[in-house]
Amino acid sequence: MATEMNLLERGDVAASSGYESPPPRVGFFTDTSVCIGCKACEVACKEWNHVPEDGLNFTGMSYDNTEGLGADSWRHVAFIEQKVVGTDGSGQDGIRWLMASDVCKHCTHAACLDVCPTGSLFRTEFGTVVVQEDICNGCGYCISACPYGVIDQRHGDGRAWKCTLCYDRLSVGVEPACAKACPTDSIQFGPLEELRARAERRRDQLHRSGVIDARLYGESPDDGVGGDGAFFLLLDEPEVYGLPPDPIVTTRDLPAMYRRAGVAAAALVSVVVLGFGGARR
Amino acid sequence: MGTSLGRGGATTFQQDLQNADWIVIEGSDMAECHPVGFQWVMEAKARGAKVIHVDPRFTRTSAVADLHVPLRPGSDIAFLGGIINYVIQNEKYFRDYIVAYTNAPMLISEDFRDTEDLDGVFSGLDEEDRSYDFHTWMYEGVEVQAASGQRDQEYQDRANRGSQDNPSHGQGKSRQATSYEAGRGESHGSGGVKVGQGGERDDALQHPRCVFQILKRHYSRYTPEMVEQICGVPQEAFLEVCKTLADGAGPDRTGAFCYAVGWTQHTVGVQYIRAAAILQLLLGNIGRPGGGILALRGHASIQGSTDIPTLYNLLPGYIPMPHAHDDENLEAFLEGASTDKGYWGEMKAYTVSLLKAWWGPAATPENDFCFDYIPRLTGSHSTYETVMAQMDGSCKGYFIWGENPAVGSANAKMQRLGMANLDWLVVRDFSLIESATWWKDGPEIETGELTTEDIKTEVFFFPAAAHTEKNGSFTNTQRMLQWHHAAIEPYGSARSDLWFAYHLGRLIREKLTSPAEGCDDLDRPILDLTWDYPTEGSIAEPSAEAVLAEINGWDGDGQPLTSYEQLNEDGSTACGCWIYCGVYTNGVNQAARRKPAKEQNWVANEWGWAWPANRRILYNRASADPSGKPWSERKALVWWDEDNAEWTGHDIPDFARSKSPWHRPPPGARGAEALSGTDAFVMQADGKAWLFVPAGLTDGPLPTHYEPQDSPVPNLLYSQQRNPVRQVFSRKHNRYHPSPSEPGAQLFPYVITTYRLTEHHAAGGMSRWVPYLSELQPEMFCEVSPELASERNLEHNGWAMIVTARNVIEARVMVTDRIRPLRINGKVVHQIGLPYHWGANGYSTGDAANELAALSLDPNVHIQEVKAFSGDIRPGRRPRGPSRVALVEEYIRRAGIDGETGMEVRDGH
Repeated sequence: MATEMNLLERGDVAASSGYESPPPRVGFFTDTSVCIGCKACEVACKEWNHVPEDGLNFTGMSYDNTEGLGADSWRHVAFIEQKVVGTDGSGQDGIRWLMASDVCKHCTHAACLDVCPTGSLFRTEFGTVVVQEDICNGCGYCISACPYGVIDQRHGDGRAWKCTLCYDRLSVGVEPACAKACPTDSIQFGPLEELRARAERRRDQLHRSGVIDARLYGESPDDGVGGDGAFFLLLDEPEVYGLPPDPIVTTRDLPAMYRRAGVAAAALVSVVVLGFGGARR
Repeated sequence: MGTSLGRGGATTFQQDLQNADWIVIEGSDMAECHPVGFQWVMEAKARGAKVIHVDPRFTRTSAVADLHVPLRPGSDIAFLGGIINYVIQNEKYFRDYIVAYTNAPMLISEDFRDTEDLDGVFSGLDEEDRSYDFHTWMYEGVEVQAASGQRDQEYQDRANRGSQDNPSHGQGKSRQATSYEAGRGESHGSGGVKVGQGGERDDALQHPRCVFQILKRHYSRYTPEMVEQICGVPQEAFLEVCKTLADGAGPDRTGAFCYAVGWTQHTVGVQYIRAAAILQLLLGNIGRPGGGILALRGHASIQGSTDIPTLYNLLPGYIPMPHAHDDENLEAFLEGASTDKGYWGEMKAYTVSLLKAWWGPAATPENDFCFDYIPRLTGSHSTYETVMAQMDGSCKGYFIWGENPAVGSANAKMQRLGMANLDWLVVRDFSLIESATWWKDGPEIETGELTTEDIKTEVFFFPAAAHTEKNGSFTNTQRMLQWHHAAIEPYGSARSDLWFAYHLGRLIREKLTSPAEGCDDLDRPILDLTWDYPTEGSIAEPSAEAVLAEINGWDGDGQPLTSYEQLNEDGSTACGCWIYCGVYTNGVNQAARRKPAKEQNWVANEWGWAWPANRRILYNRASADPSGKPWSERKALVWWDEDNAEWTGHDIPDFARSKSPWHRPPPGARGAEALSGTDAFVMQADGKAWLFVPAGLTDGPLPTHYEPQDSPVPNLLYSQQRNPVRQVFSRKHNRYHPSPSEPGAQLFPYVITTYRLTEHHAAGGMSRWVPYLSELQPEMFCEVSPELASERNLEHNGWAMIVTARNVIEARVMVTDRIRPLRINGKVVHQIGLPYHWGANGYSTGDAANELAALSLDPNVHIQEVKAFSGDIRPGRRPRGPSRVALVEEYIRRAGIDGETGMEVRDGH
């Protein structure tokens, strides 16, 4: 299936997008095991990228009043309260409070980019996926195409917005604002290959120290989106954090669909042609 | 910490936490409130340290700790006392360390009686004056004087030694009462306490009256069972903490404590920190890498604001503010305040240099260096007593800079009623905070208690410049000065605090008649001031660096000083704050140094500048054994270099560089000269850290568990319910709740604790107007357990009102398992968590938690008890208008509360 067409090829995403000797692909490794939920990433992102404040809404969802990624929230810290087996001898349940900063995944196979009719969404030389707001016509195709529900239309503006992985900062050799602001290095920025190796070491270290639930999410080039440019270390199932367990690039089946549609159309044409031909007969 | 160790600052720095083998965070939600510094806790954890969070609530800190231990708010001394007892009973203390560096071997007076003997109070209690006479707490045969804390306690004893025929000045309660009211000194200080030479000691620690044995007896009933009953901490969890600490101590291992206002804001707040100091000394954790006590400050320069104080009872560098004693002059002041031994023995040099910095050429030996120009204390003028003075009409004017008392101070209503009785009020802030607008839209306007037309206070509002718009320094939580440079000029008419203070002083001076024209003598202190700072730019901003240069000080030739050891008492040096001397060494702003961490060792002495003398770990002489060798290679910090005959190491030694470990002072030596080569606690008058405080504290030599002023729980250790000498105020708007044994107490069955969230700052002036922060925590809310929600029919996301005898507020309800009901003495006690950021103004709004808190204060430092009090909670929104007041009055009536309620000194007797 993955061999059906070059859309799902592995390899250098920037080079295959036409960049000549691009810099190494970069991304985020978000290690949620050290996240303290300070939301500095959310604020730093909004400050740097002039993302508007989007309303005062007391949700009651633990300390999460952002609720999710959207046109006006390019970083989102999830807070998940869980009951666990108590260990203090009181006989009461214990509690675990998971925190995780979510962000655009900058997929290897980015459906948003595939479906964009204006070329507003493009692959940068760093291998990231960015919207050019001055070209976006607000068609919204990208929104339904994203398997993670990340990209979103801004209310009253109509255009699509999402994390740029601070393209402007990368261009001058500075790390993205969220990673810069993160006090505990939960958000780590760097060349993707390095991050993947570091993440595996971190997972193994946690396993050795008894945190057997630690797992990586989005790090594998073999997953349904060809691996994420922004991947995670989680302490529970992805669904717990609001992440799809098995994301697949929504344009994966498009070639086959078009091919089938093409075959069907050709068949239809030939039937019609045959039909008319027959009528003439 | 000042009284225990000699200086009232964090003994360590945040980066050094990475070297700890364990870290206990208690009385602090460090990840929540100090997220940037918390990276070093995470670094320690990554290196294998065990991180323990002891806190009533499961917070962001608990989420990443190895162990969270929930305990009832207000019970920390019982918990820490339990660990002290465990360490002593199991002989887990670092014996060589405590014999060498603490007062554990010292014998205490035969007249001393412990709380074990007197059922919860110490000897010397004067019930009528609500104060202690500390004389029975003394070392045997030695006179002691606190160099920090209530240093002036025995002022009258000594200042009047020549006039024994005037007993009314000398002994007894009038002296005690004066000292108590004036609240001399501050435990945040930099200093030790005076002791005469000698004193008996028992290095075997066996004498029944030695400090160690007294300590052992004092905590002998703080057992795991008792801890479980008082704190609600299961024994299993408690013993896990004990074992972690005890096994992580000794020559090879160290651990650190981090605390914040979760410990200080109690009627026994100072004693909470004392308990931690005792424990850390027993474990040998002070002055060593990975050890120490980190006092986490809640604002960017709170440490700075006690070093160069905004406190009424201190002068710069923790020199006490003089009293309006009869005939007091510089000599009498120094006699009462300085010590014979230790660096406080040099107080005259520090004081005279300060006077020279302020009054320059006008300060001469003939006029006592203008010592008479300093205003005198006549009693306690702490912030809360000032509020009462406003209500009583004796305080007429008020400046509010960087504060929002109408939201951020306890009993917010009294704050506003006080301001409503002023002639004038000046508020400087970024925004129109509640403290600036209460006269037109405050809660009392709505209830009808105040009417705008009837308020005579003239209110001035001045917009303040942000830190990005001004030069200056912050002194952070670890005593480190870091310079910030203005990026832009202030917007519009906003101005820096420095600009405001300087130009206000300039204008006042211009309005006064000059000395040449025969000015009023009363104006001389203002007119003689050296008030000549250069100004810069279009707004005539005073040079912050010129102020720093004056703080650093200079010699007779105007050359910058490099160390406070250069200060003289003859007026030949000037220095605005002796502990900051050296920050402008060689005319270079040392606070502006930014050498990256990777280009130096972890101590990073070349980043910024820390007082004293750029030392980063205080008392680091104690990182070496008495002979000067590190206790272990793993925990080496400074050591004696025999070849070069000097102290050396990774940090700057907190010790005279060339004083050998074998140095013994000659008889009659004074000041720093009197310190021996093993006196590691150089600010203390005996050179030792104090497990037992013979003088310097108003409420006892040893921390003792007392219940908070308003508590639904009886004191299970003693019949004495509360700290007998806590400060309480019987006022119409400041009613206390009945003791748990009294009728009416059941109306306030729940324990309330207040706190901050990462998303907001303090009383909200810097965050509630910021959309990016407001959207992250948009509304006031309360946190309750599912069990309490069910008991009181509280609905998640709905509304609740919270009631005390002071006021009623409303909040959105957050039902969460993070708040746990605690089993106290066989009964379930529920907790209510309240963030205190909100008020009615700004973008994100809500009721202020401080409406509920009473004014009940720690007697040493006059801090309010807002971390533990009792109250009620009900579903629904609070009443509007006059019925808000009626609801509170109804509670007061039903509970039978009057002006006597909760005012008891001695309970059960």
